[in-house]
Amino acid sequence: MSPVVRPDFPAAAAPAVPFRHRHLLGIEGLSAAEISEILDIAEQYVELNRRGGAKSALLRGRTMVNLFFESSTRTRTSFELAGKRLGADVINMSSEGSSVKKGETLLDTAITLNAMHVDVLVVRHPESGAVKLLSDKVNSVVMNGGDGQHEHPTQALLDALTIRRRKGRLQGLIVTICGDVLHSRVARSNIHLLNTMGARVRVVAPPTLLPGAIERMGVEAHTDMRKGLADADIVMMLRLQNERMQGRYVPSTREYFRFFGLDYEKLDAAKPDALIMHPGPMNRGVEIDSEVADDFGRSVIQEQVEMGVAVRMACLEILTRALRSNAPSVEVAN
Amino acid sequence: MPGANGRGSPVVYFNARIVDPASGTDIKGALVTEGGTIRDFGPALFKDALPFDCERIDCGGKVLAPGLVDMRVQLREPGEEHKETIQTAADAASAGGVTAMVCLPNTDPVIDDVSGVEFIARRAREVRATKVFCYAAATQGLEGKELAEMGLLAEMGALGFTDGPRALGEAQVMRRALSYSRAFDALILQHPEEPSLAKGGAMNEGETSMRLGLPGIPALAETMMIERDLRLLELTGARLHIMHVSTAEGVEAIRRAKASGLRVTCDTAPPYFTLTETDIGDYRTFCKISPPLRTGRDREAVIAGLADGTIDAIASDHAPQDQEAKRVPFAQAENGVVGLETLLPLSLALHYRHKMPLLDVLKKLTSAPAAILRLPLGRIAKGAPADLVLFDPDRPWIVDAKRFRSKSKNSPFDEMPVQGLVLRTVVAGRTLFEARTP
Repeated sequence: MSPVVRPDFPAAAAPAVPFRHRHLLGIEGLSAAEISEILDIAEQYVELNRRGGAKSALLRGRTMVNLFFESSTRTRTSFELAGKRLGADVINMSSEGSSVKKGETLLDTAITLNAMHVDVLVVRHPESGAVKLLSDKVNSVVMNGGDGQHEHPTQALLDALTIRRRKGRLQGLIVTICGDVLHSRVARSNIHLLNTMGARVRVVAPPTLLPGAIERMGVEAHTDMRKGLADADIVMMLRLQNERMQGRYVPSTREYFRFFGLDYEKLDAAKPDALIMHPGPMNRGVEIDSEVADDFGRSVIQEQVEMGVAVRMACLEILTRALRSNAPSVEVAN
Repeated sequence: MPGANGRGSPVVYFNARIVDPASGTDIKGALVTEGGTIRDFGPALFKDALPFDCERIDCGGKVLAPGLVDMRVQLREPGEEHKETIQTAADAASAGGVTAMVCLPNTDPVIDDVSGVEFIARRAREVRATKVFCYAAATQGLEGKELAEMGLLAEMGALGFTDGPRALGEAQVMRRALSYSRAFDALILQHPEEPSLAKGGAMNEGETSMRLGLPGIPALAETMMIERDLRLLELTGARLHIMHVSTAEGVEAIRRAKASGLRVTCDTAPPYFTLTETDIGDYRTFCKISPPLRTGRDREAVIAGLADGTIDAIASDHAPQDQEAKRVPFAQAENGVVGLETLLPLSLALHYRHKMPLLDVLKKLTSAPAAILRLPLGRIAKGAPADLVLFDPDRPWIVDAKRFRSKSKNSPFDEMPVQGLVLRTVVAGRTLFEARTP
């Protein structure tokens, strides 16, 4: 295993700037100090998780609901584990077979959840802005688990943690994001985060999968993958959904893989120690060659999943600060 | 209510600033109505003494103008009476100084045969308030395929033909609609948006849509459709009206077409010269309209188009939507803004903020749309219909959507400070609205 480089950070020191947000709806709007604070706290949880068996009582008696209007295993499990390791009571709700399927509106759901006194609500929704809409109506702390094509903040944070632990920093790194940028909330959140932290971001995609105004987000856009990968420190692959393949945005899988799939030949353009990342789930042979994905020395895809739990624990800790300090200290006898 | 007699005895409006954009009149004087018509007006009228045998209304020096002619509203009746009815829309119109309005055919059922036109006319008679007219569908069922019975519908009183909020997308269908309309010299009204480029879009395409992760509608969808229709107009020689122009390039294309002598007119609506796409902010669905709010540059171009006469008229684009249609994720929300009660003050901002002469602004709300529709309305003249609005052009107030007469409250202008308050609205000599405040 390659050495883990960790930046110096004052462990458990009070943050210079308090986290100013009630919810975590996106990366846009977070300051560099706030992002660093989340990552610093997450570092500690990484150690705690590795030691095993550690269960905190930080959120004991608190209720956390994972409300998923879009299917997900990885993200939902990661949030669930994060909540449970902090001692919260975690409930999973999905739109399958629930009243949502029976036509309940998002706002009715919000009213229902308010009546149940949920402390933390994690929401994933196929529509951009739906999580924000819900956050306006519920009393709980809301964490965005991915909304439409808008943002997926915890994914960007876990990516940043992975990079920072491996490279020791974010500033000045060249990060190339490849694939379906147009439809990707992961790309948007990552672009916001990496720019805020001083990395140089490039995007690579066929023009049909690049928003016309993408350069306005402060990135360099490429349609030639080798040029986009030149001297890159980090290669982030995005998942290409099959419905984009029916000749709508891209003519075929084999053409896509030929020009935009990550294989050793194209990877050659990047720095020799470039890391390969993917938010998962992967389409092997579509956006990434199987061998590259499993390259033990360079692929950190498994590590990303590990960091996911730690980052979500850190976010939970920070967002429930107000909740925990305001709560009357009632000891429940049992 | 004073002045509500309408049975024929005269009503005198004195101490008024009489403004008639059609004739360029802006005088201090009095005006007298008898029954449903204007009998006389002028600076010298009743200057020495007011007659006793009539009702007298002191206008307090405020502006007495022709009632507003709103050339595009959606009334939701029949079919969606939970959003609006002709009665509630008429109440809203009166509160907004609108004395005549023309509704789109996108009701349920669609107004694509004579019974639909008759229905609107009958309901308007029953409500006996705002004068209500309608457009009929250009194609059967608004499906954009087969032409509706334009001749019969025009005879029945349809003022023009349009597929309402949908574009006549197929070039061949548009060509035939324009071509056929010439037999009756009928007006074709187009929603200028290339459907295949707009499909699935929720807002203007650009940096904001990218940041919000919302599917975009390029400005080009409008420009392309306008350019195409202007070519078809050239080919057919019909009369075309382009509805709610929202883009800089669209305005420019119409400017050129007018200079070349084509029979084209167009309008816009207050959101397009008041707001931009950034007002959507954090997914405010009340700012979701069709065509979508554009950029600051487009807004400036729309204002410039209004100022130089390229854009003939201003319509409220009144589109009532209930909570269920708006309190949903942005992409799922329905389009539309209620506009009847904010039409006048938002338009007056063109005078106050953008230095357009008051007469020009009022013209776009009165005689200009009436002329496009060939209605004998929107002017102050002897023998003209007594449809009037009395308003205080200077009075500031704050929009309060909760107090709208309209059944729906979907206004992005809620809580906005505006200038210009309607004091009284008169239709056919009857006062239908009087402001409660003195």
